Parts: sequence; structure tokens; C-alpha cells
Amino acid sequence: MARATARHPRLPWSTRLDKFQRRFAPYIFVSPFFLLFAVFGLFPIVFSLYLSLQVWNPVQGLGTMRYVGLENYVWLMDDPWFWRSIQNTLWIAVASGVPQHVIAIPLAFALSRGIRRFRHPLTAAYFLPYITSAVAVALVFLTIFGTQFGILNQALIYLANAPWSAWAFGGMADSLPVNWLGRAPNIKPAISILVIWQYFGFNVVLYAAGLATIPKDYYEAAEIDGASARQSFFHITLPLLRPMIFFAVTLTIIGNLQLFDQPFILTDGTGGTSQAGMTVVMYLYRTGFNWLEMGTAAAIAWLLVLLIGILTLIHFRFFGRSGLETRD
Amino acid sequence: MKKLLALALASLLTASVALAQTTLTVGLFEPLNEHLERVMDQFVAENPGVTLEIRTLGYSDHHDALVTYLATGSGAPDVVAIEIGYIARFVAEGGLRDLSAAPFDADQYEDLFVEYAWSQGRTADGRQIALPTDIGPGVMYYRRDHLATVGTTIEAVTASIDAYIEYGRALKQHGVYLIASAASAADALIRSDIPAGSGIYFDADGRPLLNSERFLAAARVAKTIRDEGLDAQIGSWSNEWYEAFRQGTTATELSGAWLGGHLQTWMAPDTAGLWGASEIPDGRLLSWGGSFYGIPNQTPAAKLDLAWELVKFLTTRPDIQLEAFRTINAFPAMPVTYDDPMFEEGLDFLAGQPARLLFASVAERIPGVLTFPGDMVAQEIWNSALSEVLNEGRDVQAALDEAQALVERRIRR
Repeated sequence: MARATARHPRLPWSTRLDKFQRRFAPYIFVSPFFLLFAVFGLFPIVFSLYLSLQVWNPVQGLGTMRYVGLENYVWLMDDPWFWRSIQNTLWIAVASGVPQHVIAIPLAFALSRGIRRFRHPLTAAYFLPYITSAVAVALVFLTIFGTQFGILNQALIYLANAPWSAWAFGGMADSLPVNWLGRAPNIKPAISILVIWQYFGFNVVLYAAGLATIPKDYYEAAEIDGASARQSFFHITLPLLRPMIFFAVTLTIIGNLQLFDQPFILTDGTGGTSQAGMTVVMYLYRTGFNWLEMGTAAAIAWLLVLLIGILTLIHFRFFGRSGLETRD
Repeated sequence: MKKLLALALASLLTASVALAQTTLTVGLFEPLNEHLERVMDQFVAENPGVTLEIRTLGYSDHHDALVTYLATGSGAPDVVAIEIGYIARFVAEGGLRDLSAAPFDADQYEDLFVEYAWSQGRTADGRQIALPTDIGPGVMYYRRDHLATVGTTIEAVTASIDAYIEYGRALKQHGVYLIASAASAADALIRSDIPAGSGIYFDADGRPLLNSERFLAAARVAKTIRDEGLDAQIGSWSNEWYEAFRQGTTATELSGAWLGGHLQTWMAPDTAGLWGASEIPDGRLLSWGGSFYGIPNQTPAAKLDLAWELVKFLTTRPDIQLEAFRTINAFPAMPVTYDDPMFEEGLDFLAGQPARLLFASVAERIPGVLTFPGDMVAQEIWNSALSEVLNEGRDVQAALDEAQALVERRIRR
């Protein structure tokens, strides 16, 4: 200590504090985020990568990990249930993703152009399912989809038999009641219906925000030129909404590929008949926590990361800025 | 002098630790907590200085949390309850203390319990890792009114599997289903008639049995029931299941003896007096549920004595078991309790039938079955194959051959 003072002439305390502050204060201020991220974000990511190269049964404790290299990945490559879960996920992603946008864009347009008076209460109503717990919603849909007493089947039976609607629904009478969650071909549509219902409102809000950025002048000019509402939708709204569509679709791709709560509740955690409702994340969960193969589960997670990466990249390439510019 | 002083101090410290309150944490799933809350004062009175801290979670959350605790090596309660659906994981995979070893020497208590429940908590190499507390002897609950409508007797219906299916055909004439799900019938069949020394899904050498005759026959019976429209195609523990019990749309249910308690208290209380209980058709003997208590490896050595006292208190004491039977309808695993007068009581919900005697007699005859590490995943693959057979019309042999291959693939690792 004495020597140190000899070498550096001692500055006044306040000056040193000031220097220290200037240098380090910003780091201290941002450190909470980085500390939390390191513990809850970075560490699990790195650890799961490490885990994917091990065979580990968690019940036996941390000491029992065994390094196996890429064996988990190789094993998954010809695992029939893994590929089935990928197919299911992609099926549900498309079947529930496309309608979300096909419904949300015209709806947002109608809200912003036509029924302006009720715009806010309606937007709030559409948004409500999104902020409701996915588990609660799935439990309600579980009851709705019931075979014998479910309200959906009751409604279909009514429609098939009522005189005023029999012409449209009468053809279904023979196949009623529909076993929505028991029969393999029906499980994915049932899950998709729930996902569409839950998430289209979020997209309505996104598109409503996107529409708000389109200057009114364009519509007024188009109106003066005699354009119909239909024409202004296709020639003004859609092109100018493209960045927002790109953003919303990206979110949908990422979200739909990680679907878990809804299929998990609707199939009672099993994936349903023939695993028809087992998504990749569900398979991951079951492998890790039900069958205690943590290494394989981690490998599934990384293959899913890869899949999401590839699909997002394709989406960026064809519909992102670079893709669109070359076409324009 | 200094050394002496230190020694004196140290002994003083240990003495005060021993006198101080020891807190024992107990991890339970519902409704076992209700039982422990009622009897904990008695335990504390018998073991002065102990405080029990009860941590209760839902059935699956409790077991998921337990897996996490064991994986990370910390956080587990000092004593844990484990349900039969999960016991295979812990029996076969480790994480719980070997109670056969000193200082527990649990093997001395073997004769207290029904045979099969004891063996469910035992590893293939003979380590007892959990003691049974309640059991679920498999029985059939049936509606007396439907039996009368068809005009037959329960003895005739349960005489054989064929007679049972025949009853279903007769019921169909009256617009009533035989059972909620054909899968329950198949499950009863694969879990019974298991050769000694074998498991449900694996033989003594650990080879999977999914395309053996026992499984093929079970799947064919279920397929017959489904194809002839004799089941309501309703899964267990769904709103539809409860509704079917309330409305009487199904005439029988194969289940653990515990189903009666659920029916009576919340599923279908209005149907009191309409029900009866019998053995499963064809005299099949199997268990359907049950709970155990064990001690995790990570429980600190200082608490082991008390933890073991609590396990013994909850499992080996007839008075405590009977209390659980009275209050939460947990059927005792100790045959000595079956002599209690309450077993001879007629049950109002079952139209006065003294059904507990039936449950006890079934429990005492169920043979022991081995538990294997692959049981969970094999059960999953079997369920999946069965649902393809029942729902998608897949060929029984083909579906079970594929199931066999899937199980072989999984356990080879």
C-alpha cells in the first residue's frame, strides 16, 4: 500500500470517485440485465448444447452424465416419433398460421376504414384471447370439443337437423358426433382451430398499427381517382403493409413452431392417437421429463432451433427486404 | 486446557442441536396432505422436538418437481410420496435411498404388506426404495339398474371376458354403453395373468413383450368392444367421463377400488345406491394405483432417523392407515387392518354392499409384478399402438409389432 502511494501521487478522494464513476458507471447500470441474462439465458443455452452430447438420466443426479458425442442426434435422425412430431408441427404451423393473417388483415382494414366507432372495443375483444392463459383457454376448448356433450358437436348436430340449415349441414349428419380429440385425423384441425382463435387478435393489433402508419392522402387520392374500397385495399393497403406482414409472419413462424400448451392440454399430455397432436416441443418435454432422457431432449431442442433458423432464413430470403427489392 | 475447552464447547453445541427443533419437510401430492395434516400432531407428540413442514402439489407437478430436485441434487423434501405411475422411474433409476440397508433394515416389515405392493417398491436386485401406504386393488364398478334392465346377474357377467362382452351387446339394445373406453378393458387384461418373475411390459431378462399373446389378446378384446360400438369412447378423467357416470350412460367401469370414493364425493353423488362392485371379469387380478413413501438420497444424514420414523409412522402403523382409509379413502396396504370392523360395514353408495371385504380379498390375492426402467415409455408406446388399433382401425398384429420394435429401439440405449 505504501509503495503504491509512492508511485502514484494520491488524487483527492472526490476526483478518484468521479473518474471511477465515469469509467464504470455505465457498466454497472447495464450489469443487472447481463447478469440475469447470463444466469437465466446464456447458461441454459450453453448447458443444453453440452447436454445434447451426453446421455443423462436426471433422477440419478448430475454425476451420472456420460459423453456420447453426436449419438443423440444420430439416434433422432431415424426416430419415427421425432419425424412425426416435425410433420405435425409443420402441419399445424401452416394450418393455423395462414388463416390468422388471412383473417387479421381484412379485419384490421375494416376496423380502420369502416367501423371506426367501435374500433377500440372491438380490437380489445379480439386481443383478449391472446392475453388469456393458454392453459385456461385450452381447458375450455377441451370441453367444447367433447364428443358426447361438447358444445361444438351439439351445435353441429342441431345445424344438421334443423330445417333451416339442413341443406348446408345435413351432409354431416352421418359422421356426427365428431370425435375431435380421439381420432387422429381430427386432432390437428382441432388444435389449429384453437390456435387461430387465440392468436389472430394479436395480428389484428399488429396490422392495425401498420395501417395507422399509411398516410390518409393515398386513400383520398385514390378515392378522387374513383378507386373502390376493394381496389384501395389491394393496391394501397397490402403493398404498404408489407413490412408489417413480414414482421407478423416471422413471429407466427417462430411461435407456431414452438407450440406446446394447447396440444399438451387438448391431448391430455399424450400427443393423442398416433401422436397426431404431438408437436416437437411436446416430444422434447416428454422425452426429457417423462422418459428421463435429458440428452436426447436437449438434442431435439437444438434440432428445433435449426429448423426455426432455416425456415426463418427462407422467409427472409424470399419475403424480406432483400427478396422484395430484387423483385421490385 | 484449550483442547478440553473446545471439546466441552463442541459437545455443548451438539447437545443443543439435538434439543433444538428439527424441521422435517414432507413432499406430498393431493389428497395425502389432508391425511398427514390430521395425524401430524400424533407424530410430533411421539417424536418431541420435530416440526413437520408439508409441501403439497398436484399429482403430476409433485412428481415433475421431484425429478428436478433429484436431477439438481438439492431442494428435495426429506420424505416424499410417490404414486404407482411414477414408482418405476424411481425404483429403477435411483435417486431414493435403499431402505433395505442399515440403518433402516426395511425388509423386516415385508410381511406387514400385501405382496404385490411390497414388490412394486422393490428393485430387481432386491433393494426396497419405498414403502407402500395405500393400494388400488382392481375391481369393476357396475350399475345395478342396468343389470336389472338386461335381466342378468353380476356373477354371469363376470364369469368370463366373453360373457362380459355379451353383456355389452345386451346393453346396446337398451342404448347403454358397456364401458367408457375399450382401452380400460385392454389395460386390465395386459396387467393381469402375468407369469411370476416377469414385468408387465418386459420379461425377467428385460426383453419387451409388446407383441406377446397377452398384449395381442388384450388388443383384440378392446377392438371387439370398440368395433361393435359397445364403449362410449370416452377417456378417463375427462368432463365427459364424469358426465357419463352422472347420467348412467355407461354400465360398468374397470378401475381401482378408489373410484367408488370419487364417484360418491364429487363425480356422481346423485347416483348413490345405484352402484355395485365386483371382481374384474374372468377373475382377473390386478392393481390399479397406489402410493408409496421414500427418502431421497439428498436427505441430510442428521435427519435420516426422523425421516425413517415418519415413513414407518405413515406406512407400518395400522391405526394411521385406517385413519387414511376413513378420511381420504386410501385403501390400506396392510392386511392386518382388514380385520377392522369398518371393513364389514355396508356402503350406502353401493346399495349396502360390504364392498371393502371384496377389495381386501382382491388385494391379498394380487401377485407381485416386477418393475423395469422402461415401463413408462413402454406404457406410452402400448397406449399409442392401442389407440391406433381402436381409433384408426389398424391391424392388431401390425400395430403391436411396430410397438415392440419401438420399445426395443428405446431401451437399447
